[in-house]
Amino acid sequence: MRRIFRQGFVFSVLFVQPMFADPVTDFTLDNGMQVVVIQDHRAPVVTQMVWYKIGRADEVAGQSGIAHFFEHLMFKGTDTIKPGEFSEIVAANGGSDNAFTTNDYTAYFQRIAADKLDLMMQLESDRMVHLNLSEENVATEKQVILEERNQRTDSDPSALMNEQMSAAQFLNHPYGIPVIGWRHEIESLTRAQALAFYTAYYAPNNAILLVAGDVVPADVKALAEKYYGVLKPSDKIKPRLRPSEPPQLAERRLTMSDPRVAQPYVSRSYLAPERNAGDQKQAAALTILAEVLGGSGTTSVLTRALSFDTNTAVYASASYDGTTVDPDTFNLVVVPAAGVSLQQAEDAMDAVLAKFLAQGVDAADLERIKTQVRAGQIYKQDDAGDVAQEYGAALAVGLTVQDVQDWPDVLQSVTAADVLQAAKSVLNRNSAVTGWLKVGE
Amino acid sequence: MMLRLSLLLLALATPVFAEVPIQQVTSPQGLRAWLVEDHGIPFTAVQIRFAGGTSLDAPGKRGAVNLMTALIEEGAGDLDSQGFAAARDGLAASFQFSSNADGISVSARFLTENRDQAVALLTDALTKPRFDQDAIDRVRGQVLSGIDSDAKDPSSIAARLESARQFGTHPYGTDDSGTAGSVNALSRDDILAAHAGALARDRVTIAAAGDITPDQLGVILDQILGALPPTGALLPTRATLTEKGGMTVSDFPSPQSVVLFGHGGIRVDDPDFMAASVVNEIFGGDRFTARLMTEVRDKRGLTYGIGTGLASMQYGELLSGQFQAANEKVADAIKVVTDEWAKIATGDITQGELDATKTYMIGAYPLRFDGNGKIAAILVGMQVNGFPIDYPKTRNDKLAAITLDDVNRVAKRLFKPENLHFTVVGQPVGLR
Repeated sequence: MRRIFRQGFVFSVLFVQPMFADPVTDFTLDNGMQVVVIQDHRAPVVTQMVWYKIGRADEVAGQSGIAHFFEHLMFKGTDTIKPGEFSEIVAANGGSDNAFTTNDYTAYFQRIAADKLDLMMQLESDRMVHLNLSEENVATEKQVILEERNQRTDSDPSALMNEQMSAAQFLNHPYGIPVIGWRHEIESLTRAQALAFYTAYYAPNNAILLVAGDVVPADVKALAEKYYGVLKPSDKIKPRLRPSEPPQLAERRLTMSDPRVAQPYVSRSYLAPERNAGDQKQAAALTILAEVLGGSGTTSVLTRALSFDTNTAVYASASYDGTTVDPDTFNLVVVPAAGVSLQQAEDAMDAVLAKFLAQGVDAADLERIKTQVRAGQIYKQDDAGDVAQEYGAALAVGLTVQDVQDWPDVLQSVTAADVLQAAKSVLNRNSAVTGWLKVGE
Repeated sequence: MMLRLSLLLLALATPVFAEVPIQQVTSPQGLRAWLVEDHGIPFTAVQIRFAGGTSLDAPGKRGAVNLMTALIEEGAGDLDSQGFAAARDGLAASFQFSSNADGISVSARFLTENRDQAVALLTDALTKPRFDQDAIDRVRGQVLSGIDSDAKDPSSIAARLESARQFGTHPYGTDDSGTAGSVNALSRDDILAAHAGALARDRVTIAAAGDITPDQLGVILDQILGALPPTGALLPTRATLTEKGGMTVSDFPSPQSVVLFGHGGIRVDDPDFMAASVVNEIFGGDRFTARLMTEVRDKRGLTYGIGTGLASMQYGELLSGQFQAANEKVADAIKVVTDEWAKIATGDITQGELDATKTYMIGAYPLRFDGNGKIAAILVGMQVNGFPIDYPKTRNDKLAAITLDDVNRVAKRLFKPENLHFTVVGQPVGLR
């Protein structure tokens, strides 16, 4: 089946926690490293994740992409482990490993038989402080990430358009720069810069350890103290105070054309607040708003109006992820049906939004979405890795374990009035960027 | 103490999955299914597969099965598209219908608390789909949009070129979405015919995992599938594979080229299949330590990722790989792949490589069974491949028994440098 525009709508509610006996334990080591243990004893498998509270948006100006580049370099050997040997050891023990970087954090993980946790902690704690990079390995890996940029961004007009949209959305805040970095800056990154980045940000008091699976908290604690607890905290870790956005006074618009585009579309982003520790109400309302407007490929407000009541769009969606350090965006996409222009599609989208702002949310829609959120708590228990991901992302942006555990209830408490209020505060053209991706000549 | 030690060794030798027994379930009406019963979380995942899939498209009706499958969730019984989606979401159930060249798959997930209602809805979807004209036209628009996008997507272009070259006029040789022309020409009758031909009880494979007993499963299977016709369209025939070394270059404006490469593969029921899987893992597995990843990415920085796989389909088999590389680097990367292909074809796998790869594959195997939905899908796959019900218990022992002679013999058999073909879509420098 090739319905590329419809995938992934069935359960886009990804933020719930197990509802039965609380399997989550958390504590902090003496050196400031936070530890969260999520028990799931259905299979003798464990996931170890270490999340560093350092991401693209924390980089020094002019070195865009260094957080992500550095993530790759973490596999290039330590004083005792040869380049590539980390992954070799993990694989030779039947596990798999990888890492990822976002604007706000960088995380490393292994999934392996539970009795290998000791070894995994030994390896992961080793590279937190003992990385040993050769010039040659740094140079080769830079070629790899340039290929990654080629593959993920430069070969994909939609990805290029997203970069332009973000750059237009953020005049001052670093979220306007792509996580992978601008090509010309990636090309100029050096080993010395990478090592400076490492010394500045990789330390136990800037990291969160997440262990999920067939483990008991006391064992994890003992191992964590043995391997991570002995590492010296850094006195250089500062609060993440980034430049903030000035008030947006005018709507921003851009049009991009590319000969590789087959299906033109309209994209809109609005500046939107994020989840904050102890204060998640507005973000919860926005999360529900995104579901109501464009969460389902059949019953959402935009899809009903643009694909069912009229033949305006082949696809319409809304998305919002409030798990960020600073305000990010609320996004809409409309892909016009054959014969419908981008102007017509945008006008129709704005008409739907205007009507929604006048009428508010349908009670049945809200009820159905809340039912799915509740059920998500049951389905979620089927994957301890997802739960770990949820905790890691939340803690890495400054939320607490309590915030994560409160989140399903906060979502349930959202009223129709909250959704409408959130829509009114965010869906404002003066704080928006509208992009048209067109078929190029 | 001794006892404890021997138990421990046993636990290490037999993976976790041995503890999760697969039951054979036969429904009152005689439908057979595999079940992993686990009442830990109050929901059930059911996986149903109908053999044949998009390869059953009638002549001139390319894309009919694909469009039909996409329409199954667009209204059934008394409910139109909107009504069906609202009912499903109101129960927090999820039904996914997908098709490929070998089958149509139904992945369903529903809560124990409203299982009967969810099953009734799924039953209607499979047995009483409405195929309303407005839904057909709307989803047809989505499919056409996808076809347009594929026409400008280098990976899709490469896949299409490669399939046509390898399989010619067999259904494997063309895109199962169809063409704009064939999809525009599909009528409601064509969709009904595709439904009647593809969804029949004589080609069904079933598995379930989660909060359900064998008896309960038997009852719902009869309900879901009982009203389907006993027989369907004639299943496809074996494909004839064209194997010829060389290179096809197709111009596409992009900084990077997409490269597909490979030749014929090996059947799943071949006695050497498991050894071939080990060889493939050593050569082109997705671990960072596989040969191609090491040589092309790690040592030379020519790509972000490269790998190969055994595509052993029902009616034809491939050993195929892919990577993307900057236009200026493609020629170098292709040279490395060609050299590596020739090298492994001599049977140069070392004991160290074999041991490390076996340990990885043995250790990684139980990690797959982590979730009801995944378990149900794996259980269907095992049945389709003709594996015995105790396969998860014996698989790792069989893998452990593979010797260096086995893998080198199979590497020589599997890798045929003279047949290695590259399909390149992009603007590669120095390639013709």
